[in-house]
Amino acid sequence: MLGRTLREVSTALKQGHITPTELCQKCLFLIKKTKFLNAYITVSEEVALKQAEESEKRYKKGHSLGDLDGIPVAVKDNFSTSGIETTCASNMLKGYVPPYNATVVQKLLDKGAVLMGKTNLDEFAMGSGSTDGVFGPVKNPWSYSKQYRGKRKQKAHGENEDSNWLITGGSSGGSAAAVAAFTCFAALGSDTGGSTRNPAAHCGVVGFKPSYGLVSRHGLIPLVNSMDVPGILTRCVDDAAIVLGMLAGHDPRDSTTIQDPVKPFTLPTLADVNKLCIGIPKEYLAPELSSEVRSFWSKAANLFESEGAKVIEVSLPHTSYSIICYHVLCTSEVASNMARFDGLEYGHRCDINVSTEAMYAATRREGFNDVVRGRILSGNFFLLKENYENYFIKAQKVRRLIANDFVNVFNSGVDVLLTPTTLSEAVPYLEFIKEDNRTRSAQDDIFTQAVNMAGENLTSTIPEPHAKEPEQLHVTSFSYLPITNELAGIIETFVVT
Amino acid sequence: MRARAVKLGLRSWVGWRRGFTSKADPQRSGRVTAEVIEHLERLALVDFGSQEAVARLEKAIAFADRLRAVDTDGVEPLESVLEDRCLYLRSDNVVEGNCAEVLLQNAHRVVEEYFVAPPGNISLPKQDEQEPFSHN
Repeated sequence: MLGRTLREVSTALKQGHITPTELCQKCLFLIKKTKFLNAYITVSEEVALKQAEESEKRYKKGHSLGDLDGIPVAVKDNFSTSGIETTCASNMLKGYVPPYNATVVQKLLDKGAVLMGKTNLDEFAMGSGSTDGVFGPVKNPWSYSKQYRGKRKQKAHGENEDSNWLITGGSSGGSAAAVAAFTCFAALGSDTGGSTRNPAAHCGVVGFKPSYGLVSRHGLIPLVNSMDVPGILTRCVDDAAIVLGMLAGHDPRDSTTIQDPVKPFTLPTLADVNKLCIGIPKEYLAPELSSEVRSFWSKAANLFESEGAKVIEVSLPHTSYSIICYHVLCTSEVASNMARFDGLEYGHRCDINVSTEAMYAATRREGFNDVVRGRILSGNFFLLKENYENYFIKAQKVRRLIANDFVNVFNSGVDVLLTPTTLSEAVPYLEFIKEDNRTRSAQDDIFTQAVNMAGENLTSTIPEPHAKEPEQLHVTSFSYLPITNELAGIIETFVVT
Repeated sequence: MRARAVKLGLRSWVGWRRGFTSKADPQRSGRVTAEVIEHLERLALVDFGSQEAVARLEKAIAFADRLRAVDTDGVEPLESVLEDRCLYLRSDNVVEGNCAEVLLQNAHRVVEEYFVAPPGNISLPKQDEQEPFSHN
């Protein structure tokens, strides 16, 4: 039952084959069994069982709230959840209990979803491995798969079984692991530079980043206001479409959500790609790209061509500057957003009481890890009067050039872009930590952050099911909801069959 | 008593900085001078804490410097991808609130309905003002 899709389980619930309470208990049991993955920071067992009970009452009366009623979901721990600790995997917010729900959380709960818990992440969503949070790193469930274990046994006997576990990618690694390990049917992540798509790629699940402005950020503890979006992680594209349908739409509490009405949609069952034009950006053929990812990319492109789609090479000329631009803008906005953590109104507070400045400084030193502090300091550097024009404004200008690259490509008849999500498969943790967080983010976000800066694109990552380790494709399109979901669904149909 | 606790707490913070300025690291570009470090720490109210952190900042700056190669003549900065739209402004009516108690619960130090802050308008000690401490 836990391996089914959201839609299948929803049908099972409606038909009475399983009750919400039974489903919830199965998931709770599996969460306990997979505790070693460290995917969850908080497991909200009591809350979940209560929600399941209420869902059951609704089903008995025939008043189900829809496809999400009774479905176990998980939420990344940088979304505010009323009454449930929200830590952002940081000492700064340990023990912080928000008095309100993030809009996306509220929407899920309003549709009857059952909240299993808050998932682990890199501290304040800064990182690409889910290794830098105070609650420890998240382990990729694939580390324990037959394929990976088989590969490892060939290499070394007698080494500790668990020493070579793979990272999940980040920063929404906990959410990706929770979905990949079947402990929930959908999870919320956040995506600023790839934080939903990167772990989705490494954990073999679907990672969906909506266009900026489509889904409310109210209650998502902000990292970069001009790029953050809530992300959706599920095991198939149809599930992501269901969740997106529930979450998208204007929120009066987030004035950066667009006011255009969002129409409900369903994915087509038959895939017809004859009218599709797929662009392959040549600049994404990076030298660091692993041969497995490159061959999968080719395979996918050829698959589409053989089914009648037009597959052409396109150019996004400023691609190589994209990650640098992202780095400057991200650290600058972070410097501003992290200023709210001073110990006065919420969060950690140190014992020093001599002056506000001394108290703030010590609180922030105690509360933030090196990565967060490093980004704050970098951001402050770029925002100094003497640097503002040459770094911050310069990066904003380059951002426009990058966004224009995408506009130009989509205006030239291309419907969708097909790229890899990451340079290679998930690496072992011991390998990953050889470089620092900043270096890794610069390497790992290379394909994903450009669309965060261009904003208008919906992107989705589709897992390749037969790979030894999860590999991903990245689908980007210039329009709103229905089209990219259709395309993603079409692609998935191809890839899975 | 409290003042001494602050000095002790900050001494290690300042001490490594003094150590830093007396060493010349040949690998670093020198962009991040002691002055810049002090300025950033004061602005950010977050400290570097180590030489590695300064080195990381220098690497970050070198990385960002690569943007100079891009020709941005005549290009307007992009602040938001939604620049072609007006942000939504709701009408100026009070629709929620009266939740002081709930909000105060998250603070460590509270007196009635006030958040308690230490005294303000006291700057952090400058690096050269630390001299007297070494005699404590």
